[in-house]
Amino acid sequence: MSKQENYDPSEIKRHMGMSAKNRISNTVIYIVLIIMSIVWLAPFVFIVLQSFRVESTWMVGYVVPKTWGLDNYINLAKTDFWHWYTNTFIMALATAVGQTVIVLCMSYTLSRFRFKMRNGLMRFMLILGMFPGMLSMIILYRLLKDLNMTQANAVPGLILVYIASSGMGYYVSKGFFDTVPKTLDEAARIDGATRAQVLWKIILPMAKPIVIYTILTAFMGPWGDFVVARYISMNTPAGMNVAVGLNSWLSADQIISRYTMFCAGGVIVAIPVTILFMCLQRYYVEGVTGGAVKG
Amino acid sequence: MGLEHFAPTLFCGTNQKGIKIMARYSDLEYLKLSKWDKFLYKLGRFLIAIPLGIGHFFQKVGRGIVSGAAGFGRGLKDIGSTFKNGDGITKGSFVVMGLGNMARGQFLRGILFLLFEIIFIFYMVTTGGYWLSMLPSLGHQGPMEEYNPVLDTYSTVYHDNSFKILLYGVLTIFFIIAFIYTWRQNVKQAKITQEMTEKGIRLKNGKEDLRSLVDESFYKTLLALPLTGILIFTVLPIVFMILVAFTNYDGAHDGYFNSLFKWVGLENFNTMLSWSGGSKVYSATFGEVLTWTLIWAFFATFSNYFLGMFVAMMINKKGIRFKKGWRTILVMTIAIPQFISLLYVSKMFARNGIVNGFLLDMGWIKQSLPFWDDPTWARITVILINIWIGIPYLMLIVTGILMNIPADLYESAKIDGASGWKQFSKITLPYMLFITGPYLLTQFTGNMNNFNVIFLLTGGGPTNPAASGASGAVGFTDLLVTWLFKITTGAESKYYLASVVGILIFIVVAIISLVVYNILPSVKNEEDFQ
Repeated sequence: MSKQENYDPSEIKRHMGMSAKNRISNTVIYIVLIIMSIVWLAPFVFIVLQSFRVESTWMVGYVVPKTWGLDNYINLAKTDFWHWYTNTFIMALATAVGQTVIVLCMSYTLSRFRFKMRNGLMRFMLILGMFPGMLSMIILYRLLKDLNMTQANAVPGLILVYIASSGMGYYVSKGFFDTVPKTLDEAARIDGATRAQVLWKIILPMAKPIVIYTILTAFMGPWGDFVVARYISMNTPAGMNVAVGLNSWLSADQIISRYTMFCAGGVIVAIPVTILFMCLQRYYVEGVTGGAVKG
Repeated sequence: MGLEHFAPTLFCGTNQKGIKIMARYSDLEYLKLSKWDKFLYKLGRFLIAIPLGIGHFFQKVGRGIVSGAAGFGRGLKDIGSTFKNGDGITKGSFVVMGLGNMARGQFLRGILFLLFEIIFIFYMVTTGGYWLSMLPSLGHQGPMEEYNPVLDTYSTVYHDNSFKILLYGVLTIFFIIAFIYTWRQNVKQAKITQEMTEKGIRLKNGKEDLRSLVDESFYKTLLALPLTGILIFTVLPIVFMILVAFTNYDGAHDGYFNSLFKWVGLENFNTMLSWSGGSKVYSATFGEVLTWTLIWAFFATFSNYFLGMFVAMMINKKGIRFKKGWRTILVMTIAIPQFISLLYVSKMFARNGIVNGFLLDMGWIKQSLPFWDDPTWARITVILINIWIGIPYLMLIVTGILMNIPADLYESAKIDGASGWKQFSKITLPYMLFITGPYLLTQFTGNMNNFNVIFLLTGGGPTNPAASGASGAVGFTDLLVTWLFKITTGAESKYYLASVVGILIFIVVAIISLVVYNILPSVKNEEDFQ
């Protein structure tokens, strides 16, 4: 007598019901996920397709080009695009270095040291963060203008703006340092290491994930920044970054001749940033998740 | 004693059924309540929490002021007793800063103190005094047509510069505060060094002082650069812009080239908020924009939150394959700089864009849909596109948190026969809300100030004709921040109104944060984590 016959028939039916139900719900989930993937990726596929369109440079109601060609990419060289690209790249590099140094200094200090003004300082920065950053732009523009760091010379000015206030964004990385046991510091201090040596020789090597996360987000910042760059460059093409420059191509008077070039420019901007991001994805995910859990 | 403990005795409100709303139930009592009563109780607690939260805040502020004043009093007394008990050197360092340190062998500290004093006096005598004296008037003489005898023509001669007066005036005040603080430190040091020398304790020398900057006082070294940046690029502009709200600084009064600007008191707040008189258009516009900002922030935050959670749970479900693949597809959309996707999607939904083209080709519609031309359509479309943008982030965050929920919770729930929905609503959701409470708050306030999404998608449009009297060409999807931006970039550039809007944004955000922080269960003691 085989074992199976011992089962109560209704029991078997119930199990079958469960797995059938499961199969249906899984199928539904697969369908939803496939539709989602299409919706999420479609705009990016479209933008690539349209960047190869030759027959017209304006917006059309269809996606697949009738005539394919590299004209849009070649024509980019005749515009300020590569200038904007270089601007943005320089800013991204400088910001990545400067912002990382500042954020790490700030977050490590607030995580490890207990000094008199610490709580007051943190509360003060929380309150400062409630003011819309936009408010500062008016005066920053005038200040930087006095230093000749606006319009055509906007690049150093923008770097300064990106780096200077970055200490306010210490939360994620402080959350990370908080999870590194303090006993490590104490052990090293007993062995005679100074605080600086503890940071340099013990904490930093362990903090690789958060350092990479900070560099990555800092590097990506200038590529996506729109409002600050627009304000500081003040309609001067020489000082624009890619976001402001490409946006200007979509204005009412330029879109007719520049729309497909906008698509081509977008593709060129997106490719390196996306590749970098996908390579370092793991660190980004860790940082974002940790940051949200810690609040 | 917190207000909370007052509450039951102060207003022990009850509804007809005798459910306590104002007072707290113990856990056991609470569990006995019916569903409806539980709801009423929770609602009641929530509503109480709002005034309580604000009450707490003012209590804290009050306590802060009292202790601050007490500290100030103690400080003054200490200065007095230092002077009385001090020897000649200590007394001398009241005037010559750093004398106490130098006379007792701490040359480095002493010289730094002295140097600071010299720079301060030099600055105040040469320029600081001028800026400070001009601050109350913001300049007497604007640009003028003057006769130039050499060229025999009239030309414009520029005089005072209100902008610089305000800016350097504020900086001078910062400097004076810093000087007072340093002077106080100097007096303290004089006292300590005197006491220690009398007791025969050796004082640290300059080399040791420097060494401590990489050791015990390493935090000072680490903070110097970040805090200087924040002071100049965040604090200074904010103080300056708050002050601008009380002036008439705009495109026509730029303070130097065309006309001086001056203090106007509360006039601008009156313009923005008053419900009577000719300026009603501003208060009406402000009300409308604020309402939409709050609606937008609510939907943008919670639609992303719940849908993101839903997507994460779908991918996480047992038996679903290619988990990594689905996640990668969504994460890829984070990598692409937002302005590209936003601008492109905005054009996709335009009247002659791909979406309308596709729908027309398929014959599903006869005319283009007014995605960006109709107020309601535009508002719904921005919220939907924001979901498209936000879900990948939320998916990442939720996935991380879901993995942290103890699995045995679900197992015991399964044994008890809890359905999938029950498991979600009784385990997953409460856990998520608890953990992500502060994150939701920052998301909400972040969305209130979400400039990029609105500005790149709609530019604030379609324009609101009812608000045409207010500067900045307000549209139906404009948030307070995008309105602020528009006010400052228009031909009129009414900076003073932009400042008023900025201050009001701050007040709204601060109130929301205060209330929510006092309700959240997960605002925990930070030391607990270490």
